[in-house]
Amino acid sequence: MTTPRYIENVASLKLDEERCIGCDLCPAVCPHGVLVMKESKAHVADLNACIECGACVINCPVEALTVKKGVGCASAIINGWLTGEEPNCECGGSC
Amino acid sequence: MSKNNCCPPPEPETSCCPPVKDGTECCPPAQSAEPCCAEVADDRPGYKLWPFVCGWATASGQQIPKVATRLTATDIAGRWQMRWGFGRTRYSIAPGLYAIGTPSGDSPVLVTANYKMTFDILRRDMFGHDAWILVIDTKGINVWCAAGKGTFGTDEIVRQVERANLQDVVKHRTLILPQLGAPGVAAHEVAKACGFKVVYGPVRSSDLPEFIDSGNKASPQMRRVTFGLVDRLVLTPVELVHMWKHILYSIVALFLVGGIGPEFFSLSKAWSRGGAAVATGIMALLTGAVLTPILLPWVPGRAFAKKGAITGLATGFAAALIFATTLEWLNTLALIVVTATISSWCAMHFTGSSTFTSPSGVEKEMRQAIPAQAAALLVGALCWLAAAF
Repeated sequence: MTTPRYIENVASLKLDEERCIGCDLCPAVCPHGVLVMKESKAHVADLNACIECGACVINCPVEALTVKKGVGCASAIINGWLTGEEPNCECGGSC
Repeated sequence: MSKNNCCPPPEPETSCCPPVKDGTECCPPAQSAEPCCAEVADDRPGYKLWPFVCGWATASGQQIPKVATRLTATDIAGRWQMRWGFGRTRYSIAPGLYAIGTPSGDSPVLVTANYKMTFDILRRDMFGHDAWILVIDTKGINVWCAAGKGTFGTDEIVRQVERANLQDVVKHRTLILPQLGAPGVAAHEVAKACGFKVVYGPVRSSDLPEFIDSGNKASPQMRRVTFGLVDRLVLTPVELVHMWKHILYSIVALFLVGGIGPEFFSLSKAWSRGGAAVATGIMALLTGAVLTPILLPWVPGRAFAKKGAITGLATGFAAALIFATTLEWLNTLALIVVTATISSWCAMHFTGSSTFTSPSGVEKEMRQAIPAQAAALLVGALCWLAAAF
């Protein structure tokens, strides 16, 4: 089963391949196959599938990855606009 | 409760082994994949036992609650209650170490959130396996949401590892985390702080037995988040329930405004025009919050607001055709425009339930969609009001 695609050319994920030590963790944590290993270095294979969850960034031991992390949730973002706080998914229930 | 009687009469609250389908007695020790019934979980002074605790495991002098892997009617009712958002917003269990089956010092340690629905699904999926479950305090929020917030995080894991004296319970030094916990956890920091190496398990707990059996290896399929029909469908009711207050206020307002006309206010108009408007609103709501999520992969467009507008236009047109003989053109226009607008707004909010939307994308689509939605709503409302005169 394929997951539908979302809006393209907006993801803020950046990879500094120079810094990468090839620990193989970022492809393991990415839920959308954005990152793959290529010649023992991480490589961005599908940037437009990135949901900016930040899993790869926080697990990178050498800070080779950066992203503007957040939740892809309209209510959370509107809440963030209204309250001036960082959007998060505490909109009640189980999200 | 007698200690000899392995299964107390099938009270869903206390019985750990409901009768087996094939008619065999509930749990003769040799046949049971779940040896929990050989013992009876007894109450302790000052503690209330959770219904899912069915015995005690002993490790390094600690008594660790053993949990059943079969869900009871209460667990399932609780899940439905959460899915529909009835009466409860907290559904959490006590954090700490739990046992599944008869784990030893070599058994894997699975880390999870203290959202009860998550915990229930995990223990159900681990049926027939021996494992330790380390439940961390995520304030009753599921793994992915809690990881996004950071409550499913490095510090909390380290804290619970130490609180449970995990280094004395198991001989190995590996924690298996759900992959969706990764946005909150720095694996290398956990190892530094408590000596336990983090291994990210599969996205879905149903893949855990296979993952463990293959020596903690995940197939690419296990690593990918999907968003199938069932995933989409189970998330629609709670969205609707969350909106009930707005829906109620809107219904009252529509009946009031519906009565406005050349004769200033007419009750019969309030009833007929208000009723038609309420019916339109409900149809639009269902189109945006239920139909669009169901049809999500097939509706054209990337932005959810656009998808919602398209399905809304379709149902709006369909309704206009059905009532073509009774609707004058202004009302017809209002019906179509408003259905598309409300549907678009609701569908846009489904981004929060979806698994593949990025915050940058949602922000981009909202900056375009919200002004358009506001303008369309205004046009629709003016058409509807003008039709009264």
